[in-house]
Amino acid sequence: MADKFEPNIVGFLCNWCSYAAADLAGSNKLEVPATLTTIRVMCSSRVDPVMLLSAYLRGADGVLVAGCHPGDCHYQTGNYLARRRFALMHKILETFGLDSNRFRLSWISASEGKRFSEVTNEFAEHITKLGPNPLRKMPFIE
Amino acid sequence: MHNARGTTHEAYCVEREALSMKQFQVPRPPDDALRDMLASLMDKGKVGGVFALAQTGENSYSYALITDKKLLDHIVPTLPLMPANAGKMVSRLTMLEPVKTPIAVIMRPCELRALFELVKLEQARLDNLLFISYTCGGVLEMKTAKDGLQLKLEEYWKQVKTGGVSEDMRDSCRVCENFVPTGADITLTLVGNDNGKQTTVQVNSEKGEEFLAGLSYELTEAGPELEALDSMRKKRAEQKPDVFGQFAAEELGMAGLTALFGRCIGCHACGRACPVCYCSSCHFEAAENEFDPSTLETELTNRGALRLPTGTLYYQIGRLFHVSISCVGCGMCSDVCPVDIPVASLFAKLAGSVQGMFGYVSGRDAEEKIPTSTFEMEELEEIGA
Ligand code: SF4
Ligand code: SF4
Ligand code: SF4
Ligand code: FES
Repeated sequence: MADKFEPNIVGFLCNWCSYAAADLAGSNKLEVPATLTTIRVMCSSRVDPVMLLSAYLRGADGVLVAGCHPGDCHYQTGNYLARRRFALMHKILETFGLDSNRFRLSWISASEGKRFSEVTNEFAEHITKLGPNPLRKMPFIE
Repeated sequence: MHNARGTTHEAYCVEREALSMKQFQVPRPPDDALRDMLASLMDKGKVGGVFALAQTGENSYSYALITDKKLLDHIVPTLPLMPANAGKMVSRLTMLEPVKTPIAVIMRPCELRALFELVKLEQARLDNLLFISYTCGGVLEMKTAKDGLQLKLEEYWKQVKTGGVSEDMRDSCRVCENFVPTGADITLTLVGNDNGKQTTVQVNSEKGEEFLAGLSYELTEAGPELEALDSMRKKRAEQKPDVFGQFAAEELGMAGLTALFGRCIGCHACGRACPVCYCSSCHFEAAENEFDPSTLETELTNRGALRLPTGTLYYQIGRLFHVSISCVGCGMCSDVCPVDIPVASLFAKLAGSVQGMFGYVSGRDAEEKIPTSTFEMEELEEIGA
């Protein structure tokens, strides 16, 4: 491939924190990967891991879930539950020898525009090193 | 732990105290002993009905709820067939409201565990149920009901008596190590027992004792069951390489998974039969999962070929995400699969690693929370790459 690989990243962002942080990063003109597709969710616990699976199977190079810091969930305990589900998903992918390292869960508060920029850029870099998700072009899967 | 006569039951305690308290023998085979016992409970008005496996015609077996005492001779509670996971059936009966008159429920250990999971998921209630279970020698594939059941039974009961493993059993039973019921009020110790002649009954709870009060029985000491249980546990452990060797989970990767489910026809029978796959409208059957024309175009441009119907691995891996934490290894999913995919072996394997993360054994205890519905404040930090 002649073109530079720019990873497609799907980010599920909690409305109350990380989504606002993304906004803040934008208004502060902080850099965010251009190929980040954001999906706003009402809480990190709204994310059923099958949503992440769907993104992965359809060829997303990286999948990010970002929610409020532990203790700060708008619904009190959503992020703690999300964390367990995410760990469970990780374990299953790992057990199958699938690319569990294309998935990340991070905590980014509404005031952390800078952190949002750092986390997404760092994740994009990490995924760039991994290269494109081979599933994207695989025939007969899904 | 001491029984009524003060005899120690050390080894039984090792069986997670499942088998404890009083024990007595009835000089009749288990199904007959149960029919007698239940008829007498119905006579005395202690139970209003019986839920058990029943024979309803030639080659016809299903679970049944029986309230007419005259129909009790249809029950075949220890016949090694599992047409459905009884936990799921009881969930259907109790989901809307608890049963009002006491019912005696006879089910296998994994069915009881499935029911306990369903209680935690608010899909079932235990009120007014008297649980009778037994140390379980496993079940045969359901299709045996049509062909050669009688022939296979002889060998089956021989293995149960000596703590062996019968080749005809479902794969999930061949490797099941949770065959001693937990949470039953009354347990028949079938394993290690000469089930053609006699039945050994253990009373595991005060509730069980209350129900049996007034029946005349002589307490006995523990018999040869313990050795047989040990032997069965060992023999089943030995089956693992064979059963799990059908696939090497760790090496599957996407290519391996695609191959493993290469025959899948997408009927979703595995999920329908699974006790802990309980949603009444399943995400994987929702219209939103159909590819719309633009998705179809993108996918085809990327891949050059699509498997139809779509969504096979999405369903299988997704279902693992949803149920592996509660999977009880009952084997229903494999048994109903029309194309013989070892679904249950895969799920049981994954259930082991997922439940192990949280030191959890699904259905072991009805009071214990499912790990995905609770949390610790300090754990698991940020996860991933
Ligand atoms: S999975 Fe275990 S408890 Fe269930 S029927 Fe088989 S042997 Fe019995
Ligand atoms: S996944 Fe299969 S083995 Fe596990 S509980 Fe469901 S039907 Fe039973
Ligand atoms: S029962 Fe078998 S064929 Fe049907 S969906 Fe499950 S794995 Fe596929
Ligand atoms: S509201 Fe942000 S993680 Fe729950």
